[in-house]
Amino acid sequence: MGFEKFGRKSFTAMTKTGKFVDMLVEGKIEGTVCKKCGAKFFPPRADCASCLSKEMDWFEMPKKGKLETFTTAYYAPFGFEADPPYTMGVVDFGGNLKLFARVAKEVKLEDVKVGMDVGARPLKYDDGQISFEIVKA
Amino acid sequence: MEKDVAVIGVGQSSFVRGYEGSIRELAFEAFREAMQDAGITQKDVAASVFCSAPEYDKQRSPAGVLAEYLGLIPQPTFYIETVCSSSSSGVKVAYSMIKAGLHDVVCVVGFQKMSEITSAESQERMGRGADIQWEAPFGTMMPAYYALYAQAYMAKHGLTHEDLMKVRLKSATYGVVNERAVYRKGVKAEDFDAKNPEAKMAGPVAWPLRVGDCCANADGSSCIILANKEKAKAFSKKPIWVIGIGAASEAVNMAARPDFTKGLSVGYKAGEQAYKMAGVTAKDVKVAEVHDCFTIAEIMAYEGLGFAKMGEGKELIRAKETYKEGRIPVNVDGGLLSKGHPIGATGGSQMRTIVLQLRDEAGPMQVPGNPDIGLVHNVGGVGLYGNVTIFGR
Repeated sequence: MGFEKFGRKSFTAMTKTGKFVDMLVEGKIEGTVCKKCGAKFFPPRADCASCLSKEMDWFEMPKKGKLETFTTAYYAPFGFEADPPYTMGVVDFGGNLKLFARVAKEVKLEDVKVGMDVGARPLKYDDGQISFEIVKA
Repeated sequence: MEKDVAVIGVGQSSFVRGYEGSIRELAFEAFREAMQDAGITQKDVAASVFCSAPEYDKQRSPAGVLAEYLGLIPQPTFYIETVCSSSSSGVKVAYSMIKAGLHDVVCVVGFQKMSEITSAESQERMGRGADIQWEAPFGTMMPAYYALYAQAYMAKHGLTHEDLMKVRLKSATYGVVNERAVYRKGVKAEDFDAKNPEAKMAGPVAWPLRVGDCCANADGSSCIILANKEKAKAFSKKPIWVIGIGAASEAVNMAARPDFTKGLSVGYKAGEQAYKMAGVTAKDVKVAEVHDCFTIAEIMAYEGLGFAKMGEGKELIRAKETYKEGRIPVNVDGGLLSKGHPIGATGGSQMRTIVLQLRDEAGPMQVPGNPDIGLVHNVGGVGLYGNVTIFGR
Protein backbone atom coordinates (compact mmCIF):
# COMPACT_ATOMS: atom_id res chain seq x y z
CA MET A 1 0.00 0.00 0.00
CA GLY A 2 1.31 3.47 -0.85
CA PHE A 3 2.17 6.01 1.81
CA GLU A 4 -0.46 8.40 0.40
CA LYS A 5 -2.92 6.35 2.46
CA PHE A 6 -1.23 7.35 5.75
CA GLY A 7 -2.90 9.78 8.12
CA ARG A 8 -5.87 12.09 7.72
CA LYS A 9 -4.06 13.47 4.69
CA SER A 10 -0.60 12.42 3.49
CA PHE A 11 2.00 14.77 2.02
CA THR A 12 4.44 11.99 1.12
CA ALA A 13 3.73 9.46 -1.65
CA MET A 14 6.83 7.27 -1.39
CA THR A 15 9.04 6.17 1.48
CA LYS A 16 11.08 3.04 2.11
CA THR A 17 9.11 2.70 5.35
CA GLY A 18 5.80 2.36 3.45
CA LYS A 19 5.29 -1.11 4.96
CA PHE A 20 4.31 0.75 8.15
CA VAL A 21 0.88 1.40 6.60
CA ASP A 22 0.39 -2.28 5.70
CA MET A 23 1.19 -3.21 9.28
CA LEU A 24 -1.35 -0.69 10.57
CA VAL A 25 -3.96 -2.50 8.45
CA GLU A 26 -2.86 -5.73 10.15
CA GLY A 27 -3.42 -4.07 13.53
CA LYS A 28 0.23 -3.46 14.42
CA ILE A 29 2.10 -0.23 15.20
CA GLU A 30 5.78 -0.85 14.56
CA GLY A 31 9.01 1.08 14.65
CA THR A 32 12.36 0.11 13.19
CA VAL A 33 15.45 -1.27 14.92
CA CYS A 34 18.97 -1.27 13.45
CA LYS A 35 20.29 -4.79 12.83
CA LYS A 36 23.87 -3.61 13.38
CA CYS A 37 23.80 -1.36 16.43
CA GLY A 38 20.34 -2.01 17.88
CA ALA A 39 19.17 1.64 17.83
CA LYS A 40 15.36 1.85 17.90
CA PHE A 41 13.31 4.46 16.06
CA PHE A 42 9.73 5.67 16.09
CA PRO A 43 8.47 6.94 13.74
CA PRO A 44 10.27 4.31 11.65
CA ARG A 45 13.40 5.10 9.63
CA ALA A 46 14.84 3.19 6.67
CA ASP A 47 18.38 4.17 7.65
CA CYS A 48 20.18 4.21 10.99
CA ALA A 49 21.10 7.69 12.26
CA SER A 50 23.52 6.17 14.79
CA CYS A 51 25.75 3.84 12.71
CA LEU A 52 24.58 4.67 9.15
CA SER A 53 23.51 1.07 8.48
CA LYS A 54 20.73 0.49 5.95
CA GLU A 55 19.74 -2.85 7.48
CA MET A 56 16.70 -2.38 9.64
CA ASP A 57 14.13 -4.70 11.22
CA TRP A 58 10.63 -3.92 12.42
CA PHE A 59 9.61 -4.20 16.08
CA GLU A 60 6.24 -3.75 17.77
CA MET A 61 5.81 -0.64 19.89
CA PRO A 62 5.10 -1.05 23.63
CA LYS A 63 1.42 -1.23 24.63
CA LYS A 64 1.41 1.16 27.54
CA GLY A 65 2.94 4.57 28.14
CA LYS A 66 2.23 7.95 29.73
CA LEU A 67 0.73 10.96 28.00
CA GLU A 68 3.61 13.42 28.17
CA THR A 69 1.72 16.40 26.75
CA PHE A 70 -1.23 17.30 24.51
CA THR A 71 -3.05 20.15 22.81
CA THR A 72 -6.53 20.68 21.40
CA ALA A 73 -6.60 22.41 18.02
CA TYR A 74 -9.54 24.74 17.39
CA TYR A 75 -8.26 25.73 13.95
CA ALA A 76 -6.88 23.41 11.32
CA PRO A 77 -4.66 23.75 8.28
CA PHE A 78 -5.95 23.57 4.71
CA GLY A 79 -7.40 20.12 4.04
CA PHE A 80 -8.34 19.44 7.68
CA GLU A 81 -11.08 22.07 8.06
CA ALA A 82 -13.83 19.55 8.88
CA ASP A 83 -11.97 18.10 11.86
CA PRO A 84 -11.61 20.70 14.68
CA PRO A 85 -11.64 20.53 17.54
CA TYR A 86 -9.20 17.63 17.77
CA THR A 87 -6.60 16.73 20.38
CA MET A 88 -3.04 15.66 19.62
CA GLY A 89 -0.47 14.39 22.07
CA VAL A 90 2.88 12.76 22.73
CA VAL A 91 3.08 9.34 24.43
CA ASP A 92 6.27 8.44 26.29
CA PHE A 93 6.81 4.66 26.43
CA GLY A 94 10.19 4.96 28.18
CA GLY A 95 13.49 3.78 26.69
CA ASN A 96 13.61 6.81 24.36
CA LEU A 97 10.49 5.63 22.53
CA LYS A 98 7.77 8.23 22.02
CA LEU A 99 4.81 8.56 19.67
CA PHE A 100 2.90 11.58 18.34
CA ALA A 101 -0.73 11.20 17.20
CA ARG A 102 -4.28 12.42 17.67
CA VAL A 103 -6.15 11.36 20.79
CA ALA A 104 -9.17 9.13 19.96
CA LYS A 105 -12.50 11.00 19.74
CA GLU A 106 -14.01 8.66 22.36
CA VAL A 107 -11.72 10.08 25.05
CA LYS A 108 -13.52 13.03 26.61
CA LEU A 109 -11.48 16.22 26.57
CA GLU A 110 -12.00 16.80 30.29
CA ASP A 111 -10.49 13.36 30.97
CA VAL A 112 -7.24 14.06 29.11
CA LYS A 113 -4.45 14.74 31.60
CA VAL A 114 -0.67 15.00 31.45
CA GLY A 115 0.75 11.78 32.92
CA MET A 116 -2.31 9.58 32.28
CA ASP A 117 -1.83 5.95 31.20
CA VAL A 118 -2.32 5.61 27.46
CA GLY A 119 -1.60 3.36 24.52
CA ALA A 120 -2.04 3.53 20.76
CA ARG A 121 -4.08 1.61 18.19
CA PRO A 122 -4.46 1.63 14.40
CA LEU A 123 -7.36 3.55 12.90
CA LYS A 124 -9.17 3.46 9.56
CA TYR A 125 -11.07 6.57 8.46
CA ASP A 126 -14.32 6.37 6.45
CA ASP A 127 -12.50 7.60 3.34
CA GLY A 128 -10.04 4.69 3.58
CA GLN A 129 -7.11 6.64 5.04
CA ILE A 130 -5.07 4.63 7.56
CA SER A 131 -3.66 6.12 10.77
CA PHE A 132 -3.14 5.44 14.45
CA GLU A 133 -4.48 7.15 17.54
CA ILE A 134 -3.92 7.50 21.26
CA VAL A 135 -6.33 5.68 23.59
CA LYS A 136 -6.68 5.20 27.34
CA ALA A 137 -4.64 2.22 28.56
CA MET B 1 35.85 39.61 24.07
CA GLU B 2 36.94 39.84 20.45
CA LYS B 3 36.14 42.99 18.51
CA ASP B 4 36.76 41.87 14.93
CA VAL B 5 33.37 42.24 13.23
CA ALA B 6 30.94 45.10 13.84
CA VAL B 7 27.47 46.18 12.84
CA ILE B 8 27.82 49.56 11.12
CA GLY B 9 24.29 49.98 9.79
CA VAL B 10 20.78 48.79 10.65
CA GLY B 11 17.43 49.19 8.92
CA GLN B 12 13.90 47.90 9.08
CA SER B 13 10.70 48.51 7.14
CA SER B 14 7.48 49.08 8.98
CA PHE B 15 5.93 45.69 9.71
CA VAL B 16 2.48 45.71 8.11
CA ARG B 17 -0.42 43.57 6.97
CA GLY B 18 -0.53 43.44 3.18
CA TYR B 19 2.51 45.46 2.04
CA GLU B 20 1.59 47.42 -1.07
CA GLY B 21 4.59 46.57 -3.18
CA SER B 22 6.71 43.67 -4.38
CA ILE B 23 9.40 41.83 -2.42
CA ARG B 24 12.21 43.82 -4.10
CA GLU B 25 10.56 47.07 -3.04
CA LEU B 26 10.03 45.73 0.46
CA ALA B 27 13.73 44.76 0.73
CA PHE B 28 14.71 48.22 -0.54
CA GLU B 29 13.06 49.91 2.45
CA ALA B 30 15.27 48.22 5.05
CA PHE B 31 18.38 48.34 2.86
CA ARG B 32 18.07 52.09 2.19
CA GLU B 33 17.71 52.86 5.89
CA ALA B 34 20.70 50.68 6.82
CA MET B 35 22.88 52.25 4.11
CA GLN B 36 21.97 55.75 5.26
CA ASP B 37 22.63 54.69 8.83
CA ALA B 38 26.08 53.38 7.87
CA GLY B 39 26.78 56.37 5.64
CA ILE B 40 28.16 54.22 2.83
CA THR B 41 27.36 53.57 -0.83
CA GLN B 42 26.85 50.28 -2.69
CA LYS B 43 30.46 50.23 -3.92
CA ASP B 44 31.51 49.84 -0.27
CA VAL B 45 29.45 46.63 0.10
CA ALA B 46 31.59 43.67 -0.95
CA ALA B 47 28.91 40.96 -0.78
CA SER B 48 25.25 40.47 0.13
CA VAL B 49 23.22 37.71 1.78
CA PHE B 50 19.43 37.43 1.43
CA CYS B 51 17.22 35.54 3.86
CA SER B 52 13.56 34.47 3.85
CA ALA B 53 11.36 31.42 4.19
CA PRO B 54 11.07 30.36 0.54
CA GLU B 55 7.64 28.78 0.73
CA TYR B 56 6.11 32.28 0.77
CA ASP B 57 8.08 33.58 -2.22
CA LYS B 58 6.83 33.28 -5.76
CA GLN B 59 10.23 34.47 -7.03
CA ARG B 60 12.57 31.54 -7.39
CA SER B 61 16.11 32.28 -6.11
CA PRO B 62 15.39 35.82 -4.90
CA ALA B 63 18.99 36.77 -3.97
CA GLY B 64 20.12 37.73 -7.46
CA VAL B 65 16.91 39.60 -8.22
CA LEU B 66 17.02 41.62 -5.01
CA ALA B 67 20.78 42.28 -5.27
CA GLU B 68 20.22 43.87 -8.65
CA TYR B 69 17.32 45.99 -7.37
CA LEU B 70 19.45 47.24 -4.47
CA GLY B 71 22.34 48.15 -6.79
CA LEU B 72 24.60 45.42 -5.41
CA ILE B 73 25.74 43.75 -8.64
CA PRO B 74 28.25 42.48 -9.69
CA GLN B 75 29.28 41.67 -6.10
CA PRO B 76 28.65 38.08 -4.94
CA THR B 77 25.26 37.29 -3.41
CA PHE B 78 23.40 34.21 -2.20
CA TYR B 79 20.50 33.00 -0.10
CA ILE B 80 20.30 31.53 3.43
CA GLU B 81 17.31 29.86 5.04
CA THR B 82 16.46 28.54 8.52
CA VAL B 83 12.75 29.51 8.50
CA CYS B 84 12.07 32.04 11.28
CA SER B 85 15.77 32.42 12.15
CA SER B 86 16.94 32.90 8.55
CA SER B 87 18.41 36.37 9.01
CA SER B 88 20.30 35.35 12.19
CA SER B 89 21.81 32.51 10.18
CA GLY B 90 22.60 35.05 7.45
CA VAL B 91 24.46 37.23 9.94
CA LYS B 92 26.39 34.21 11.18
CA VAL B 93 27.51 33.47 7.62
CA ALA B 94 28.36 37.13 6.95
CA TYR B 95 30.40 37.22 10.17
CA SER B 96 32.29 34.12 9.02
CA MET B 97 33.04 35.60 5.58
CA ILE B 98 34.41 38.77 7.15
CA LYS B 99 36.38 36.93 9.81
CA ALA B 100 37.88 34.68 7.10
CA GLY B 101 39.07 37.77 5.26
CA LEU B 102 37.02 37.07 2.13
CA HIS B 103 35.08 40.34 2.26
CA ASP B 104 35.37 43.54 4.32
CA VAL B 105 31.75 44.74 4.30
CA VAL B 106 28.71 42.41 3.94
CA CYS B 107 25.02 43.30 4.08
CA VAL B 108 22.38 40.83 5.27
CA VAL B 109 18.82 41.49 4.10
CA GLY B 110 15.92 39.56 5.63
CA PHE B 111 12.52 39.88 4.04
CA GLN B 112 9.12 38.24 4.00
CA LYS B 113 5.95 39.11 2.23
CA MET B 114 3.65 36.63 3.92
CA SER B 115 0.75 38.13 1.96
CA GLU B 116 2.52 37.16 -1.29
CA ILE B 117 0.30 34.07 -1.26
CA THR B 118 -3.39 33.71 -0.38
CA SER B 119 -4.41 32.90 3.17
CA ALA B 120 -5.60 29.45 2.03
CA GLU B 121 -2.16 28.77 0.53
CA SER B 122 -0.57 30.11 3.70
CA GLN B 123 -2.70 27.81 5.86
CA GLU B 124 -1.54 24.85 3.83
CA ARG B 125 2.12 25.80 4.16
CA MET B 126 1.72 26.37 7.91
CA GLY B 127 0.48 22.78 8.19
CA ARG B 128 3.66 21.63 6.52
CA GLY B 129 5.95 23.69 8.75
CA ALA B 130 7.37 20.72 10.58
CA ASP B 131 7.64 16.97 9.80
CA ILE B 132 5.50 16.50 6.68
CA GLN B 133 6.01 12.74 6.57
CA TRP B 134 4.99 11.78 10.10
CA GLU B 135 3.24 14.76 11.74
CA ALA B 136 1.47 16.96 9.19
CA PRO B 137 -0.86 13.99 8.35
CA PHE B 138 -2.45 14.53 11.81
CA GLY B 139 -3.30 18.18 11.03
CA THR B 140 -0.56 20.03 12.91
CA MET B 141 0.02 23.80 12.91
CA MET B 142 2.62 26.02 14.57
CA PRO B 143 0.40 27.04 17.53
CA ALA B 144 -0.35 23.37 18.27
CA TYR B 145 3.34 22.54 18.51
CA TYR B 146 4.08 25.35 20.95
CA ALA B 147 0.91 24.41 22.83
CA LEU B 148 2.44 20.94 23.46
CA TYR B 149 5.33 22.68 25.20
CA ALA B 150 2.94 25.03 27.06
CA GLN B 151 0.74 22.19 28.35
CA ALA B 152 3.63 20.13 29.75
CA TYR B 153 5.38 23.20 31.14
CA MET B 154 2.24 24.55 32.87
CA ALA B 155 1.50 21.13 34.44
CA LYS B 156 5.01 20.85 35.89
CA HIS B 157 6.00 24.40 36.80
CA GLY B 158 2.71 25.99 37.89
CA LEU B 159 2.72 28.53 35.07
CA THR B 160 -0.78 29.97 34.60
CA HIS B 161 -2.78 31.55 31.80
CA GLU B 162 -2.49 34.80 33.73
CA ASP B 163 1.32 34.58 33.49
CA LEU B 164 1.10 34.02 29.72
CA MET B 165 -1.24 37.00 29.48
CA LYS B 166 1.30 39.14 31.31
CA VAL B 167 3.87 38.42 28.60
CA ARG B 168 1.40 39.69 26.01
CA LEU B 169 0.53 42.78 28.07
CA LYS B 170 4.23 43.63 28.19
CA SER B 171 4.76 43.23 24.46
CA ALA B 172 1.66 45.31 23.75
CA THR B 173 2.98 48.07 26.02
CA TYR B 174 5.94 48.45 23.66
CA GLY B 175 4.02 47.71 20.46
CA VAL B 176 2.04 50.87 21.20
CA VAL B 177 5.19 53.04 21.19
CA ASN B 178 7.04 51.25 18.34
CA GLU B 179 6.01 53.03 15.15
CA ARG B 180 7.35 50.10 13.08
CA ALA B 181 5.11 47.51 14.83
CA VAL B 182 2.18 45.85 13.08
CA TYR B 183 0.05 45.61 16.25
CA ARG B 184 -0.05 49.07 17.81
CA LYS B 185 -3.23 48.74 19.83
CA GLY B 186 -3.00 48.38 23.57
CA VAL B 187 -4.03 45.13 25.20
CA LYS B 188 -5.80 44.92 28.58
CA ALA B 189 -6.49 42.03 30.94
CA GLU B 190 -10.20 42.25 30.00
CA ASP B 191 -9.26 41.30 26.45
CA PHE B 192 -8.31 37.84 27.77
CA ASP B 193 -11.50 37.36 29.82
CA ALA B 194 -13.33 34.42 28.23
CA LYS B 195 -16.59 35.57 29.90
CA ASN B 196 -16.42 38.87 28.02
CA PRO B 197 -17.98 38.38 24.56
CA GLU B 198 -15.89 41.30 23.21
CA ALA B 199 -12.61 39.79 24.41
CA LYS B 200 -10.48 39.63 21.27
CA MET B 201 -7.54 37.76 22.85
CA ALA B 202 -9.46 35.01 24.70
CA GLY B 203 -10.50 32.57 21.97
CA PRO B 204 -8.72 29.21 21.95
CA VAL B 205 -6.38 28.55 19.01
CA ALA B 206 -4.54 25.44 20.18
CA TRP B 207 -5.28 24.95 23.86
CA PRO B 208 -3.76 26.08 26.18
CA LEU B 209 -2.76 28.87 23.77
CA ARG B 210 -5.30 31.58 22.95
CA VAL B 211 -5.43 34.26 20.26
CA GLY B 212 -3.51 36.67 22.47
CA ASP B 213 -0.73 34.14 23.01
CA CYS B 214 0.11 34.05 19.29
CA CYS B 215 2.32 36.46 17.34
CA ALA B 216 1.12 38.59 14.47
CA ASN B 217 1.92 37.61 10.88
CA ALA B 218 3.32 40.55 8.94
CA ASP B 219 5.12 41.68 5.82
CA GLY B 220 8.47 43.28 6.50
CA SER B 221 12.18 43.55 5.85
CA SER B 222 15.34 44.10 7.86
CA CYS B 223 18.96 44.89 6.99
CA ILE B 224 22.17 44.50 8.99
CA ILE B 225 25.46 45.76 7.55
CA LEU B 226 28.61 44.17 9.00
CA ALA B 227 32.22 45.24 8.57
CA ASN B 228 35.71 44.21 9.61
CA LYS B 229 37.61 46.19 12.24
CA GLU B 230 39.35 48.49 9.80
CA LYS B 231 36.22 49.44 7.85
CA ALA B 232 34.10 49.66 11.01
CA LYS B 233 36.47 52.23 12.47
CA ALA B 234 36.67 54.13 9.17
CA PHE B 235 32.90 54.27 8.56
CA SER B 236 31.26 54.25 11.97
CA LYS B 237 31.32 56.51 15.03
CA LYS B 238 29.41 53.92 17.06
CA PRO B 239 30.29 50.42 15.84
CA ILE B 240 28.47 47.68 17.73
CA TRP B 241 30.60 44.54 17.87
CA VAL B 242 29.40 41.00 17.35
CA ILE B 243 31.07 39.35 20.35
CA GLY B 244 29.30 35.99 20.59
CA ILE B 245 27.55 33.64 18.18
CA GLY B 246 25.93 30.29 18.89
CA ALA B 247 23.69 28.02 16.85
CA ALA B 248 22.13 24.57 17.25
CA SER B 249 19.60 22.17 15.72
CA GLU B 250 17.12 19.63 17.12
CA ALA B 251 15.00 16.69 15.90
CA VAL B 252 12.01 17.86 13.89
CA ASN B 253 9.58 15.21 15.18
CA MET B 254 7.95 15.74 18.58
CA ALA B 255 8.43 12.01 19.28
CA ALA B 256 12.19 12.64 19.36
CA ARG B 257 12.09 15.61 21.74
CA PRO B 258 13.73 14.86 25.09
CA ASP B 259 11.60 16.82 27.59
CA PHE B 260 8.70 19.21 27.02
CA THR B 261 9.05 20.79 30.46
CA LYS B 262 12.53 22.15 29.80
CA GLY B 263 11.94 24.41 26.82
CA LEU B 264 13.65 24.31 23.45
CA SER B 265 17.07 22.65 23.54
CA VAL B 266 18.37 24.80 20.66
CA GLY B 267 17.87 27.92 22.75
CA TYR B 268 20.10 26.94 25.63
CA LYS B 269 22.67 25.17 23.45
CA ALA B 270 23.07 28.21 21.19
CA GLY B 271 23.11 30.44 24.27
CA GLU B 272 25.89 28.44 25.95
CA GLN B 273 28.07 28.74 22.84
CA ALA B 274 27.44 32.46 22.45
CA TYR B 275 28.15 33.23 26.14
CA LYS B 276 31.37 31.20 25.99
CA MET B 277 32.58 32.94 22.83
CA ALA B 278 31.73 36.38 24.23
CA GLY B 279 33.23 35.59 27.64
CA VAL B 280 30.11 36.88 29.40
CA THR B 281 27.25 35.36 31.41
CA ALA B 282 23.51 35.96 31.56
CA LYS B 283 24.10 38.46 34.37
CA ASP B 284 26.12 40.68 32.02
CA VAL B 285 23.26 41.05 29.51
CA LYS B 286 21.54 44.43 29.90
CA VAL B 287 18.87 44.08 27.21
CA ALA B 288 17.60 41.11 25.18
CA GLU B 289 15.39 40.22 22.27
CA VAL B 290 13.98 36.70 22.49
CA HIS B 291 11.88 34.69 20.03
CA ASP B 292 8.36 35.19 21.43
CA CYS B 293 6.38 33.69 18.54
CA PHE B 294 4.06 32.53 21.34
CA THR B 295 3.90 33.78 24.93
CA ILE B 296 5.15 30.42 26.26
CA ALA B 297 8.24 30.76 24.07
CA GLU B 298 9.30 33.92 25.90
CA ILE B 299 9.00 32.24 29.31
CA MET B 300 11.02 29.24 28.07
CA ALA B 301 13.64 31.59 26.62
CA TYR B 302 14.12 33.36 30.00
CA GLU B 303 15.19 29.99 31.40
CA GLY B 304 17.12 28.72 28.40
CA LEU B 305 19.23 31.86 28.38
CA GLY B 306 19.83 31.82 32.13
CA PHE B 307 17.83 34.95 33.02
CA ALA B 308 15.84 32.72 35.39
CA LYS B 309 16.29 29.23 36.82
CA MET B 310 14.39 26.34 35.21
CA GLY B 311 10.71 26.64 36.13
CA GLU B 312 11.08 30.17 37.52
CA GLY B 313 10.64 32.19 34.33
CA LYS B 314 7.16 33.14 35.49
CA GLU B 315 8.64 35.05 38.43
CA LEU B 316 10.36 37.46 36.04
CA ILE B 317 7.15 38.49 34.30
CA ARG B 318 5.15 38.54 37.55
CA ALA B 319 7.69 41.00 39.03
CA LYS B 320 7.87 42.97 35.76
CA GLU B 321 11.64 42.36 35.69
CA THR B 322 11.59 42.08 31.90
CA TYR B 323 10.03 45.52 31.42
CA LYS B 324 12.27 48.40 30.32
CA GLU B 325 12.99 49.45 33.90
CA GLY B 326 13.46 45.89 35.19
CA ARG B 327 16.49 43.73 35.92
CA ILE B 328 16.67 42.24 32.41
CA PRO B 329 14.54 44.07 29.82
CA VAL B 330 13.24 41.65 27.14
CA ASN B 331 11.46 42.48 23.88
CA VAL B 332 10.94 46.12 24.72
CA ASP B 333 10.20 46.80 21.04
CA GLY B 334 6.98 44.75 21.15
CA GLY B 335 8.60 41.45 20.23
CA LEU B 336 7.19 39.10 17.65
CA LEU B 337 3.87 39.21 19.52
CA SER B 338 3.18 42.89 18.81
CA LYS B 339 5.92 44.15 16.50
CA GLY B 340 5.09 41.23 14.21
CA HIS B 341 6.87 38.22 12.74
CA PRO B 342 7.71 38.51 9.04
CA ILE B 343 9.65 35.25 9.16
CA GLY B 344 12.82 35.96 7.19
CA ALA B 345 13.08 39.55 8.48
CA THR B 346 12.64 38.78 12.17
CA GLY B 347 16.23 38.06 13.27
CA GLY B 348 17.56 41.20 11.57
CA SER B 349 14.82 43.25 13.17
CA GLN B 350 15.72 41.89 16.62
CA MET B 351 19.36 42.77 15.97
CA ARG B 352 18.43 46.28 14.84
CA THR B 353 16.61 46.80 18.13
CA ILE B 354 19.65 45.66 20.15
CA VAL B 355 22.08 47.79 18.11
CA LEU B 356 19.89 50.87 18.64
CA GLN B 357 19.71 50.06 22.37
CA LEU B 358 23.50 49.79 22.68
CA ARG B 359 23.90 53.08 20.78
CA ASP B 360 21.36 54.73 23.12
CA GLU B 361 19.18 55.54 20.08
CA ALA B 362 16.05 53.46 20.82
CA GLY B 363 13.80 56.47 21.53
CA PRO B 364 10.73 55.70 23.65
CA MET B 365 11.90 52.07 23.99
CA GLN B 366 15.38 52.96 25.27
CA VAL B 367 16.50 50.96 28.30
CA PRO B 368 17.98 53.32 30.90
CA GLY B 369 21.57 53.11 32.14
CA ASN B 370 23.48 52.93 28.83
CA PRO B 371 23.28 49.18 28.21
CA ASP B 372 26.64 47.84 26.99
CA ILE B 373 25.81 44.19 26.22
CA GLY B 374 22.72 42.95 24.37
CA LEU B 375 21.52 39.53 23.25
CA VAL B 376 19.37 38.24 20.38
CA HIS B 377 17.66 34.81 20.62
CA ASN B 378 16.07 33.76 17.33
CA VAL B 379 14.45 30.34 16.80
CA GLY B 380 13.50 28.63 13.53
CA GLY B 381 10.54 26.26 13.35
CA VAL B 382 9.48 24.62 16.62
CA GLY B 383 13.00 24.79 18.02
CA LEU B 384 14.35 23.10 14.90
CA TYR B 385 17.02 25.77 14.60
CA GLY B 386 18.29 28.11 17.32
CA ASN B 387 20.56 31.13 17.03
CA VAL B 388 21.91 33.36 19.79
CA THR B 389 23.97 36.45 18.94
CA ILE B 390 25.58 38.72 21.54
CA PHE B 391 26.54 42.32 20.83
CA GLY B 392 28.82 44.70 22.73
CA ARG B 393 29.92 48.33 22.53
